[in-house]
Amino acid sequence: MLKLKNYNAALAQFVSILTLFLAISCSTQKPYVSKIEGKQIGITNTNPQTPAIEEFIKPYRENIDKDMNQILAYAPETMDKSKGEWQTTIGSLQADITLATANKLFLKRENKSVDICLLNHGGIRSMISKGNVTTRTAFELMPFENELVVVALKGQQILEMVNYLISEKKPHPLAGMEIVLNKDAASYKSITIQGKPLDLNKTYYVATNDYLYNGGDSMNFFKKGTMTSLDYKLRNVWIDYFKETDTIPVPRNKRIIVE
Amino acid sequence: MKRRDFIQKTVASSALLTVGGLSLSSFKPLDKKHITILHTNDVHSHIDPFPLTDAKNPNMGGVSRRASLIESIRKENPNVLLLDAGDIFQGTPYFNYYGGELEFKLMSMMKYDLATMGNHDFDNGIDGFYSQLHNAKFDFVSANYDFKNTILEGVVKPYKVFVKDGIKIGVFGLGVELDGLVDKKNYKETVYNDPVSVSQEMTRILKTQERCDLIICLSHIGYAYKNDPDKISDLKLAAATRDIDLIIGGHTHTFLDKPTIVKNLDGIDTLVNQVGCYGINLGRIDFYFDTDKNKIHSGRTIVV
Repeated sequence: MLKLKNYNAALAQFVSILTLFLAISCSTQKPYVSKIEGKQIGITNTNPQTPAIEEFIKPYRENIDKDMNQILAYAPETMDKSKGEWQTTIGSLQADITLATANKLFLKRENKSVDICLLNHGGIRSMISKGNVTTRTAFELMPFENELVVVALKGQQILEMVNYLISEKKPHPLAGMEIVLNKDAASYKSITIQGKPLDLNKTYYVATNDYLYNGGDSMNFFKKGTMTSLDYKLRNVWIDYFKETDTIPVPRNKRIIVE
Repeated sequence: MKRRDFIQKTVASSALLTVGGLSLSSFKPLDKKHITILHTNDVHSHIDPFPLTDAKNPNMGGVSRRASLIESIRKENPNVLLLDAGDIFQGTPYFNYYGGELEFKLMSMMKYDLATMGNHDFDNGIDGFYSQLHNAKFDFVSANYDFKNTILEGVVKPYKVFVKDGIKIGVFGLGVELDGLVDKKNYKETVYNDPVSVSQEMTRILKTQERCDLIICLSHIGYAYKNDPDKISDLKLAAATRDIDLIIGGHTHTFLDKPTIVKNLDGIDTLVNQVGCYGINLGRIDFYFDTDKNKIHSGRTIVV
């Protein structure tokens, strides 16, 4: 402890000078924060609507709703991406339809067929609920503007892709390829592409999106291949598929199988 | 005991000085001021309330209701600063159809004062963001994105100073690391700089150069990263800097029961707040200022 009492005389002087200084300078003294209150206010139906804002939004909303509420197809059951360890019904459906669309476009433009489709689990932003499927469903599933691309990968990079899938342990949407894992699920037993075993000397064409090609979700093997953009949004893959489908199939066949 | 001694001495000296001619009472004895900060983050194009059938947030949010809440607070205290901590864009078809036009126009109608850029505000590319800026009657700030060699150079500034009821408020912006999060073709030549060193520079400028009474950091770097504790976040930033009174955060969609109090480098309490996402909540922080010279400065009381 400081023994202040011993210095009282000196201190008195010091305080006088200090106070004088404060008194002179106080005309420019800055305001200081004495008290802070913080809270969060929930926006609920107890807050009234603002007519001017409602009026302003209305034409935008009506224009969108006209498109969004259009019924395109029917889902016989709910497809949820949280159901499944190595694949999900919704992920498999997305990979199947994306592979089919990419194949059709790539054959037309490059006269080559697409072998595999790999997308990312995180890219499925919503679910397909049982019942009517609308344009809004597609926007909720895929709000982003990502585009469909085809990447030419050597057999070696397909192997890297398989190792990535094993280490990730996520049900990333996958089609055109079947991977059989050993019991421990830490290594693979066999890899089949379009019904044939993986050939390390072959070039494979893999459908994915521009986000993943550019290193999204650390799928770095894609960067090693050459990319062709198909100028087709992933969302439009969904919309166009829904338009030409009456009742949506629920794919249950496994693409990654643990022995 | 010793401390009381000291205070007694001070009072005695003051009294003596008053007698001596310098009249302290000529100053207004109490000059209280009150500034209200309102804030949102990660609204993600949620213009309409969630439907009644929504599993998580039924009937919550909505711009029209937020506007009436803000208006009622402005009537209570006109000295309001309304801020957004980024990710205004992306999440509903309103963005897909109109590219952010409606979001910016509605925020202008609600008289937002300032916003910072979130990663999703780059979703239509830096050009897509720029092309919508004429719809925003408020500015954007970002201190750690270097926009030199981009279309936003000189458009998005590091900070902005407001004066409300004579109180000078400096607000600077911070953005999250873009590499691995945003496609390079969208952010182009934008350079991300370290938030801590940038904040130290900002507080120096705002405190000593601009002589601000209140310093706010409008951040989209994220509240905290449990699985990546070394990653810079609002909580880490608050502890590693000085002179920031309030960090308004975003990015991590963090719902807090109340604002978090963090001791800064000088051991002074600073506030970190974030209000979840999708316009479900509005944050409100009230600052009360004193310029009472007769009272002994006893620090700040924080009620959260």
